[in-house]
Amino acid sequence: MLNLIIVIAVVLIIAVIFTAYRVTTLVDVVKKDKNKSHVPSGNSLQGALMIVFLIAGIAGFFYFSMKEYDTYNLPIASEHAVVTENLFWITMAVTVFVFIVTQIFLFGFGWKYRYKESNTAHYYPHNNKLEMIWTIVPAIVLAWLIISGLKQWNVVTGPAPENSEVIEVMGYQYAWAFRYPGKDGELGSYDFRKIDAINSMGIDLTDQKGHDDFMPAQLVLPKGKPVHLKIRGRDVIHSVYNPHFRLQMNAVPGMPTRFWFTPTLSTAEMREKTGNPDFNYELVCNKICGKSHYGMKGIIVVLEQDEYDSWYKENQENSFLKLNPGYISQVPEDLKEAAKIAAGIENIEKEQKVTTAASSF
Amino acid sequence: MSVTDIQLQEDLAHDDHHEDHHEQGFVSKYIFSTDHKTIAKQFLITGIFWALIGGGLSIIFRLQLGFPEMDLEWLRPMLGQWITTEGKLDAEFYLALVTMHGTIMVFFVLTAGLSGTFSNFLIPLQIGARDMASGFMNMLSYWFFFASSVVMFVSFFIETGPAGGGWTVYPPLSALPQAIQGSGLGMTLWLVSMALFIASSLLGGINYITTIINMRTHGMSFSRLPLTIWAFFITAILGLLSFPVLLSAALLLIFDRSFGTSFYLSEIYIAGEALPNVGGSPILYQHLFWFLGHPEVYIVILPALGITSEIIATNSRKPIFGYKAMIGSMLGIGFLSFIVWAHHMFVTGMNPFLGSVFTILTLVIAVPSAIKAFNYITTLWKGNIVFTPAMLFSIGLVSFFISGGLTGIFLGNSVLDINLHDTYFVVAHFHLVMGSASFFGLLAGVYHWFPKMFGRMMNDKLGKLHFWLSFVGIYLVFFPLHYIGIAGFPRRYYSFTSFETFNIYGDLNALVSIAAILTFAAQFIFLFNFFYSIYRGKLAPANPWKSNTLEWTTPRFPEHGNWIGAIPKVFRWPYDYSKPGAKDDFIPQTVPYSHTPESNLEHENELTKEEDLTGVEKAN
Ligand code: HEM
Ligand SMILES: [Cu+2]
Ligand SMILES: [Cu+2]
Repeated sequence: MLNLIIVIAVVLIIAVIFTAYRVTTLVDVVKKDKNKSHVPSGNSLQGALMIVFLIAGIAGFFYFSMKEYDTYNLPIASEHAVVTENLFWITMAVTVFVFIVTQIFLFGFGWKYRYKESNTAHYYPHNNKLEMIWTIVPAIVLAWLIISGLKQWNVVTGPAPENSEVIEVMGYQYAWAFRYPGKDGELGSYDFRKIDAINSMGIDLTDQKGHDDFMPAQLVLPKGKPVHLKIRGRDVIHSVYNPHFRLQMNAVPGMPTRFWFTPTLSTAEMREKTGNPDFNYELVCNKICGKSHYGMKGIIVVLEQDEYDSWYKENQENSFLKLNPGYISQVPEDLKEAAKIAAGIENIEKEQKVTTAASSF
Repeated sequence: MSVTDIQLQEDLAHDDHHEDHHEQGFVSKYIFSTDHKTIAKQFLITGIFWALIGGGLSIIFRLQLGFPEMDLEWLRPMLGQWITTEGKLDAEFYLALVTMHGTIMVFFVLTAGLSGTFSNFLIPLQIGARDMASGFMNMLSYWFFFASSVVMFVSFFIETGPAGGGWTVYPPLSALPQAIQGSGLGMTLWLVSMALFIASSLLGGINYITTIINMRTHGMSFSRLPLTIWAFFITAILGLLSFPVLLSAALLLIFDRSFGTSFYLSEIYIAGEALPNVGGSPILYQHLFWFLGHPEVYIVILPALGITSEIIATNSRKPIFGYKAMIGSMLGIGFLSFIVWAHHMFVTGMNPFLGSVFTILTLVIAVPSAIKAFNYITTLWKGNIVFTPAMLFSIGLVSFFISGGLTGIFLGNSVLDINLHDTYFVVAHFHLVMGSASFFGLLAGVYHWFPKMFGRMMNDKLGKLHFWLSFVGIYLVFFPLHYIGIAGFPRRYYSFTSFETFNIYGDLNALVSIAAILTFAAQFIFLFNFFYSIYRGKLAPANPWKSNTLEWTTPRFPEHGNWIGAIPKVFRWPYDYSKPGAKDDFIPQTVPYSHTPESNLEHENELTKEEDLTGVEKAN
């Protein structure tokens, strides 16, 4: 049934085009006698349409851009975003100016210099001075934009400040995993061969520093303190992206990357600011990574420093090793005692029995 | 007699007795033809076919994006298993759709369809040659493209579906069938098809370059070449230097996929197992890909700009403004396009210092692009503009080129790209500056040279209608994407419902989809006009647009060999429009200065002494 409708619609459309075609050719044949010029009739109409398009286009552009300003312009929430935002809007001002002026000239000339029998075009093959001007002026403006941009680029990609909070982020199909350094303040090393269903990040337990690492389900960040994300991918390339922080860095398997920034608005503040009590910063995957790329979401929570500290304290009690004591078997013999203390495994005696039992199999 | 002698004799026979050409069979005339004009038409028709497929695919995914709730059950007869039991588009097939759309449009339509058509058609006709340097290689070039097309087409019909890793097919995603179904057989076919495509493009490119260097007619110096030819020339060189790099990238990918090497793979744990590969780098692939990829975007746009230069000059009845600057900026763009590739990779984690270098080089390339735009506009200034459909499409091209080029200034600034990379802002950027601009160049070229291709005229009114619907439609499709991109919407997303941040702009996405459907529908006006006019169009006059270039000196239906009798000589540049003192508002390249004392400039009067007028008829 539907197919039939489509077929009929197509036939009708073709018939309409065909009729239009026949009518215009016939009209042209009739007109040709009166109109000796080689220029088809309706030339001025085309020029006029250009002006209509120009005006409607510019009006629509400004109207929509202003009306929607608060919708497309997400509130920013990191220190460097303030600077890049500024540069973004400077670039916007420059480009919009050029955009409007050139389009006005383009379509305006179309109308103004449309064919007239009495006119002759002006033979004007070149003008070196003009050409110099529009080589040099854009070059200067661009140089200015580049320099402002690179200054900030060097800050953003430069070394993270000493006091940064170091957190590891790993992307995998189709979710994110996070790892915090725990009590010792240092992340342990990892090895992709150690990955399994539970040890999803491949924490290498032969490294003592990893014994107290913990892996919460959300990315929790302190407000006002630099955060240094150590980023990697487990299977294919993903990308750590969040537009509010102006944060983006690919998560590449086999090549660790990093990004540092300072959040400036806590989740609570953002909820107030946006008037949306359910607001959350979302960690977006922004590199095509497979079927559920579009669903690869993480939640980022920004807390005030004191809230963060207590959150951290609470969570470091849940170190990976403590939650999964079976993995103690991967810890080298001489580090086991220390590992248990670091991981916060309390009942040392009992655990020892379990593991010795396990290893005597 | 030696082989070369025979060859020579045949060539001579070809030249001298062209009138009584030997009868050709259907096959050698229309299928395995070595006539550049026929090959051009083959490229054009194949390009149109692919444009329909590529456009159709985009309509399907635009339905998904604009109307995520829509029941797509009615597509089942066509898409089969790719429509889920709930009547939704399969999320993985969505990725295959965008991948194929991108591949088809960039390579098959805007590279083969555009360069293949117009380089083939115009180079011999505009430089005054009977055919390409090697007609046989030229024929091979088409048939490699055809084979490549067949392979790509077949990949739609296999069980695991076509490649789905995005048109840039970044590994590891594209290397591991565990990661996405499309990286199985579909990806293999993609790679085979691209290898064939690259062979086609190299065969074509070598031919274009050789022909332009060696086979220009008497008097056709490089400084008298139409800008179309300059554009095709530079394009072919870019292709020759960059496509082999894509081939090597593809080869290494094939090795990684099938022979256990680790060029691009390292430390991967997927589908419950750790892979043995270590030491490779996925980023290496991106460097290799974009080393082709960025020149490729200019391979796509330069021919369109060349076509536009020709059409704007002709229809403004004015010389192109700044002919030398136009060539200079094309050469500049050509050179610079090889050293900006890493602007596609600012957030891959590559050395930030490299990021700075590529930021600087990228914004340098904006300068010659700007010069070109300004020169087009100045060409219109004080012209006497005839709005043929070709002219309208050319003006539209300039408008798109500016709109899309300006957003490049944001993207090229690495620190701004952090937030824009892989969002819809990039999609808006390249669809305007490359996709739409180049597509308009293709259409402009068809409208302008149709009379030479088929000896008949296309309908003017339908052409204008087609222009306005397409022009307004395309702006409605791509302009709103800037807002969506600034709001942070990631590209290649099947749906935005999982994210709170992106629960806005459902209405804007619906508008974009409706505009896309209407724009696509408007292309059928063109199709009708095109095919109908081939058979029933008004017979074309010899020089319908009163143009200066050589192709209009051939007969209405030029045979293989193009000119009856001797090839015309060339005495001047192609842009003597509305020259003060001249009788007419155009002076074809074949008219010697000695015949136009009334309009000669001072240095041109000097030139009259050196002109070799043997075989030139005196115009009255
Ligand atoms: C004014 C000069 C231009 C500049 C400064 C510029 C800059 C850029 C940059 C930096 C990107 C990468 C954006 C990202 O992925 O984050 C980009 C993407 C792109 N540009 Fe341009 N561009 C310019 C002109 C052009 C032209 C003339 C074309 C084609 C004719 C073009 C085609 C593309 C394409 C196809 C992509 C996206 C490829 C992809 O990711 O799929 N650009 N441009
Ligand atoms: Cu993803
Ligand atoms: Cu590029």
